[in-house]
Amino acid sequence: MTSAHRADLEAKAKRIRRHIITSTTAAGSGHPTSSMSAVEIAVALYFGGVLRYDPINPAWPQRDRFLLSKGHAAPLLYAVLAEAGYFSPDLVPTLRQIGSPLEGHPNMRRLPGVEASTGSLGQGLSIGVGMALAAKLDKSPARVYVVTGDGEIGEGQVWEAAMSASKYKLDNLVAIVDQNGYQQTGPTAEVLDLRPLVPRFEAFGWSAQEINGHDLGEVLAALKKAQQTKGRPSALIARTIKGYPIQNLLTSDPNHHGKPLTKEEADQALAQIG
Amino acid sequence: MKMGKSVREAFGLALAKLGEANPDIVVVDGDVHNSTRTEHFAKKFPERFFNVGIAESNLVGIGGGLASSGKRVWLASFAAFVMCNAYDQLRMSVAFPCLDVKVVGTHAGISIGEDGPSQMGIEDVGLACSLPNFTVVVPADEPSTHKAVEALNQMKTPAYLRAGRPNVPVLYDNGCDFKLGKAIQLRPGKDLTIIANGLMVAAALEAAGQLAAKGIDARVLDMHTVKPCDDAAIRAAAVETSRIVVAEEHLLHGGLGSVVTMSAARQHPVPMRFVGLKDTFAESGKPEELLEKYGLTAKDIVHAALELMSR
Ligand SMILES: Cc1ncc(C[n+]2csc(CCOP(=O)(O)OP(=O)(O)O)c2C)c(N)n1
Ligand SMILES: [Mg+2]
Repeated sequence: MTSAHRADLEAKAKRIRRHIITSTTAAGSGHPTSSMSAVEIAVALYFGGVLRYDPINPAWPQRDRFLLSKGHAAPLLYAVLAEAGYFSPDLVPTLRQIGSPLEGHPNMRRLPGVEASTGSLGQGLSIGVGMALAAKLDKSPARVYVVTGDGEIGEGQVWEAAMSASKYKLDNLVAIVDQNGYQQTGPTAEVLDLRPLVPRFEAFGWSAQEINGHDLGEVLAALKKAQQTKGRPSALIARTIKGYPIQNLLTSDPNHHGKPLTKEEADQALAQIG
Repeated sequence: MKMGKSVREAFGLALAKLGEANPDIVVVDGDVHNSTRTEHFAKKFPERFFNVGIAESNLVGIGGGLASSGKRVWLASFAAFVMCNAYDQLRMSVAFPCLDVKVVGTHAGISIGEDGPSQMGIEDVGLACSLPNFTVVVPADEPSTHKAVEALNQMKTPAYLRAGRPNVPVLYDNGCDFKLGKAIQLRPGKDLTIIANGLMVAAALEAAGQLAAKGIDARVLDMHTVKPCDDAAIRAAAVETSRIVVAEEHLLHGGLGSVVTMSAARQHPVPMRFVGLKDTFAESGKPEELLEKYGLTAKDIVHAALELMSR
């Protein structure tokens, strides 16, 4: 990656984080910290030359699919889709308002670029398996990327999907686990510790790699490797920090799950992000 | 009407209290105890509290196993997730073996607001009513929720308790004569009867006030128990007031309206109207805005009542 390209992606990530913070604080509810941990993952996919998509023609059959299985990180998805040109960034501040297509959780019937209606955790990977199977049937080059939470993978359905994906050798499917170490009621280490995830996915017949989910270079390299992996699906275990990079502002509750920042916290966060 | 706590908070406090005198009570959670308020119990009785993570079907199955082994189980998650994600487990691991499992679904209805349709339980009552052996209760306020939790604890068979997210007005400030399966008459009336539960009971009372100003005398019943429903109260309403409006924060299909209709049709058919969610998902928005847009306010009850009166 050239330094100019990296600077470009970093600027995108900053803009997206600003959208996340301002939109959730304006809405007075939402999940900013869950959104922030997956920013580099989404930026690498949408702006790092990985996903093939066309905002002018969102229904292009051969497009790659991005599924946000952890639908509560919708503010991230909306910011990314706006930056990618699916709709005007002016829509972003309407998050969670009545009449706005930017609902609390993604609704594919109301917003272009949203590939699945999510918000009930655990379902995205199965939908992704279905899409990857359809692409194989259609001899389409479309690839499918599914982002899940590290708490979310406590749902048995995720592992049922993992088994289907390896049964059908879906090398056009990539699961990315946003391993931020927290779920709603506490650290995953206390609620349901599924680590280490690499051998767990490998046991299900997947190729798996662990990466620093905030290092754009590492994320891009891992996505490239996944593209080259043949005959089985790929999992990326992205080590992340919930609320990154403003975790220093969240000392009393590092999880800060499902709560917007106050106006003052938001101002501090924006100043810090720059 | 003064505002009180939410039904979920009242449930959480009542459950924690129940834990004191009932050492066999265990609580199972699916990573949402801060939302369902079972955290009150968790703090007091950590050794009898199990947070199994985000895994609702597993949660319900574990509840069945605990109950089969003599534990008295309360399990809670969002209504949408526990009813919809774990329905087969509710059917096979709880309802069919008729076990002592009390299922609590919080964040029911569209009044959760901004989180939107994926988090809104709008079919939970219908699903719960379709489970044989289940008692189904939808309390309207804080005092009646306390009574409901105590009453359900007296039973050894399965039950579903529906709990909303927002704070709600206190209807039973001076105590509540709560008996499972027995509707509470909150207001006498002879022209028509409004039968409601949950959030819509307060709306029904408000509507009755507005109707009184128009010279219409509306009876209001809090039908907190949907199954078994109070056939006697429904018969009396039909015979004595000859018109019934049913109001619920639920899809029209399968909820209180269906149950009351069947009872009335069997005993004494009368013209009826229904206030509820009309075969649609809602959307994100402020709770009051959504209730207004989707037709779940006192105004909608008044409208339905006036339509019945003008027939
Ligand atoms: C089926 C289901 N159960 C419960 C919830 C409530 N819920 C929303 S977010 C969340 C925690 C998610 O944790 P994780 O997957 O680690 O995502 P993070 O926010 O940490 O990125 C829970 C339990 C839900 N949305 N869906
Ligand atoms: Mg997490």
